[in-house]
Amino acid sequence: MKRLLTLFLCLFTFAGFAAEPTEGGKKGEAFNPGEVILHHVADSHEWHWFSTDNGNFVTYLPIIAYQPGKGLSVFSSKHVAEGETYGNFKLNGEKLVTLDGSKVYDFSITKNVAALAMSSLVLVIAFASVAKSYGRRRGQAPSGLQSFLEPFVIFIRDEVAIKSIGPKYERYMPYLLTVFFFIWFNNLLGLTPGAANLTGNVAVTATLAVITLLITLFSSNKNYWTHIFWTPGVPLPLRIIMIPVELVGVIVKPFSLMVRLFANITAGHIIILSFISLIFIFRSAWTGFLSVPFGLFISVLELLVALLQAYIFTLLTAMYIGGAVEEHHDDEHHAGHEHDDYGFAEQRQGGSNFGHFERPGVAAAH
Amino acid sequence: MELITPELGLIFWQTLIFLILLALLAKFAWKPILGSLREREQGIEDALRQADRAKAEMQSLKADNEKLLAEARRERDQMLKEGQAMAAQIVEQAKTTASEEAARVTQQARESIQQEKNQALAEVRNTAAQLSVDIAERLLRRELTDPSAQQKLVDEYLKDVKLN
Repeated sequence: MKRLLTLFLCLFTFAGFAAEPTEGGKKGEAFNPGEVILHHVADSHEWHWFSTDNGNFVTYLPIIAYQPGKGLSVFSSKHVAEGETYGNFKLNGEKLVTLDGSKVYDFSITKNVAALAMSSLVLVIAFASVAKSYGRRRGQAPSGLQSFLEPFVIFIRDEVAIKSIGPKYERYMPYLLTVFFFIWFNNLLGLTPGAANLTGNVAVTATLAVITLLITLFSSNKNYWTHIFWTPGVPLPLRIIMIPVELVGVIVKPFSLMVRLFANITAGHIIILSFISLIFIFRSAWTGFLSVPFGLFISVLELLVALLQAYIFTLLTAMYIGGAVEEHHDDEHHAGHEHDDYGFAEQRQGGSNFGHFERPGVAAAH
Repeated sequence: MELITPELGLIFWQTLIFLILLALLAKFAWKPILGSLREREQGIEDALRQADRAKAEMQSLKADNEKLLAEARRERDQMLKEGQAMAAQIVEQAKTTASEEAARVTQQARESIQQEKNQALAEVRNTAAQLSVDIAERLLRRELTDPSAQQKLVDEYLKDVKLN
């Protein structure tokens, strides 16, 4: 597996390393930290590894553009780098535009897409090999990567899925496990220098949140919708008011998932980059004595946040699914139920689903 | 603003790649991993239950053994008691038999002594009779050699007869 990975990475790097001269003109310009930081956390059509005095080491990624009526165009982003035009196309910042102003849809393999494909491949290879070692070491204690990952799998199953969803948890295990490891792994990858900020991209978190929403809606039962349209245990006039509130809640839940993950990861990157930028703002290497320890501290904190955010996303997804598949309880007290305190909180707030956000564990992670 | 605007292209690729990832992992990773975990947990649970059962079995075996032992001990005691009783009985019986035998032998001896005595007495009587007859004969023979004596005796008898 390791050899395969190395080969893969080698291929990737050989393909497009190109040294281009650094623009001397920029040296005199004032350092703009905001621009630099945003450039680092945003998506890009090229993979910028590092710069030296001799040039930038950049991998140019393919651009796939679709123009209604004109069809697909595929070309290397090298042709539109540094403000050049290629055919009808030009990069406005990172946005692909046409010279004549006609509509274009950008399906390019951007830095994030490339990182997404690579990390997905690594995940598939890693977990397939772990699965294989389960087959090979049948009836034996786990070892190696298997023993490292097994506690997480068991944790997601026992503490997240079973506790939040209940007896029907098994159907949702593949999604919960995939989303947990996908977010965790990509959070970690995003922390490595030169890598893409995938989970800190709003498009990625939005897609994950929408998948969660769809799974929740498709697995919802009658009880779920009764709670939304005719909330039990609430005075009649309030029930009318509760309907829009609950409906908004359906959308707000995945929206919060999207924003939480995106904001946490992006914020972490921005803080680290800000500390590093301080060196350039003050134009003094001595600032490093301040920036490096602080940057290191935030980096280590980000390692924790990477795991925590993956856990929170998975836990909340499981809780939303759990709310959708929960069967009606005759006794409204949820006696002896897993979510005892949470159930009570929900009732006191007039059955609002915002009760979810009041959980202490989650509140701490906001 | 660019930062919080989701790009269509990335949404498309994310959806596509994530769903493929989900499908691949579900088939090649989660299914075998969760299956193996369940199998292993089942195995552990079975083993624990089996151990419990073995323990219970052992305990019941032990109890059985003790019961058997106690029973055996009781049986032995009873057998001993029975043996003793039987021995006493046999001794008693032997004593009785012996005394009976002794009595019988004594009786027999007494009887045979009596018989012998009687026999001896009869013999003595016979011998005495014989002897007296012989003596009488001899006496008679000697006395009757003389004819007058013979006559006298005859007269005597005759006198008796007459008297009768």
